[in-house]
Amino acid sequence: MARTILPFGPQHPVLPEPLHLKLTIENEIVVEALPTLGYVHRGLEKLCEVRDFNQMVQIVERVCGICSCLHALCYCEGIEEIMGIEVPRRAKYLRTIWGELHRVHSHLLWLGLFADAFGFESLFMQFWRVRERIMDIMEATCGNRVVVSVNVVGGVRRDLSPEQCQWIEQQLIISEKEIRQLQTTILNDYTVKKRCCGKGVLTKEQAYQLGAVGPMLRGSGWAQDARQTGYAAFGELGFEPIVEYDGDSYARCAVRFRETLQSFDIVRLAIARMPAGETAATVDSGSDDDTPTTITGNRGNIIQSYNRDKHHHITAAPPPNLDIPAGALAAKVKGKPDGEAVTRVEQPRGELMYYLKGDGSKHMDRVRIRTPTFANIPPLLAMLPGCELADVPVIVLSIDPCISCTER
Amino acid sequence: MFNMTKNVVANLFAKSSTRLYPFAVRGHFEGFRGTLHINIDECIFCRTCMIKCPSQCIAVDNKAGTWTCEAMSCVYCGVCVDVCPTGCLSMTNDHRQVATEKQTMSYQGVPKKKKKEAAE
Ligand code: SF4
Ligand code: SF4
Repeated sequence: MARTILPFGPQHPVLPEPLHLKLTIENEIVVEALPTLGYVHRGLEKLCEVRDFNQMVQIVERVCGICSCLHALCYCEGIEEIMGIEVPRRAKYLRTIWGELHRVHSHLLWLGLFADAFGFESLFMQFWRVRERIMDIMEATCGNRVVVSVNVVGGVRRDLSPEQCQWIEQQLIISEKEIRQLQTTILNDYTVKKRCCGKGVLTKEQAYQLGAVGPMLRGSGWAQDARQTGYAAFGELGFEPIVEYDGDSYARCAVRFRETLQSFDIVRLAIARMPAGETAATVDSGSDDDTPTTITGNRGNIIQSYNRDKHHHITAAPPPNLDIPAGALAAKVKGKPDGEAVTRVEQPRGELMYYLKGDGSKHMDRVRIRTPTFANIPPLLAMLPGCELADVPVIVLSIDPCISCTER
Repeated sequence: MFNMTKNVVANLFAKSSTRLYPFAVRGHFEGFRGTLHINIDECIFCRTCMIKCPSQCIAVDNKAGTWTCEAMSCVYCGVCVDVCPTGCLSMTNDHRQVATEKQTMSYQGVPKKKKKEAAE
């Protein structure tokens, strides 16, 4: 049988992301898929050498447009762990609220795109209409629709007033009603099921062996979610992951749909339990020299200090001098992170991991980001062989690829 | 079938769900980080904004007394507004106007704010 190699992407009508796959097809059946990564590499990790650790918050937010808040949250938690900063409880709750709102809007975006992948354009439009309400909440509470810039090392930059909380709850009630109206269509419709059920099956064992994360993993029957580790306020709120067992595109769609509704509940719970008080810690552990960062990038110094501290890994940070003014909104964290930390948060697409290494200067020595899509590409390659060419867009979209964050 | 009839009837009498754009424009919420403004008279040229800006689009020359912002590189994070000691930076909740000339935008910066202060 003659084989044809078909390039799929980087620019493809159904994919919003520049994923490039080389598909070997035999009679419309995919026999092999090879990914090519690096098309949109931006070199954001390298920027840690020229921007100080506070400025990196804004940079890591721009790794991904859809889950910017969670990238910043993960980074800030890492720096806080290295420097031993205690985040005020209210800030943790606010981080949770914005993080979950991000999950809602990301899942709604995905549900719309997924509907679009099999040509159901009115469903796409309906999901995006609901999403617009969530974007409004973001704009009204954070100051921007997508890249919210609310997290800073030590806390958050904005607060929610009681009126805003009330307004958010009202908006959530309306959106939830609108989403529930779409439930029968996305989960029970004959044509939708025809396009998703049994497509791109990832068995429970495969999901484990290939290291799938997020809805991919939970769609294959594993109850694992980084929110169980209790970052931000999840330790106090409690969390139960949502699991489906079929492992096909439909199961992943159902996981995301149910997670959207679950996130509404988490936001409501967090608003109800949010303690009053300050939103940011003020920490001053060491001097902060304000040399302009425009002329830095002093790699030589970084390497020197790295060699000096070669054998020293996890440094106990000096006890920060905690001075939390009541009602402070802007965190002022001074000092130089020294030590390493690994943090994990659950992004809409799965588990996000940051490895941070500070070398006692105001620049980080290393900021390593592992995005969930990176972990989900090997399972994707296992799912594609054997499927029809027409199902490739649906299967690729069912992992919710975010190639721009993977390539950073 | 009944579900569909209900929807059809509801849609017949519902009002438009999209905005009639040129006549109805979506406003922005209070606190939206739109355009950056500076009240140059209050600026003390301390260069804090230049040091803290993550995109390094601000250039402050404390000798000549100039404050320059590459508006096209500004990412509207609002850090400079937070750190300015005199509070002379502010953000209004409207977008920067669309510019027609790309070159002018990227090389000169359209809302470039410059002012010589009589600094001795
Ligand atoms: S921080 Fe404020 S006062 Fe200082 S240079 Fe910038 S605008 Fe001027
Ligand atoms: S808003 Fe942010 S990017 Fe823009 S000038 Fe201010 S600090 Fe720089």
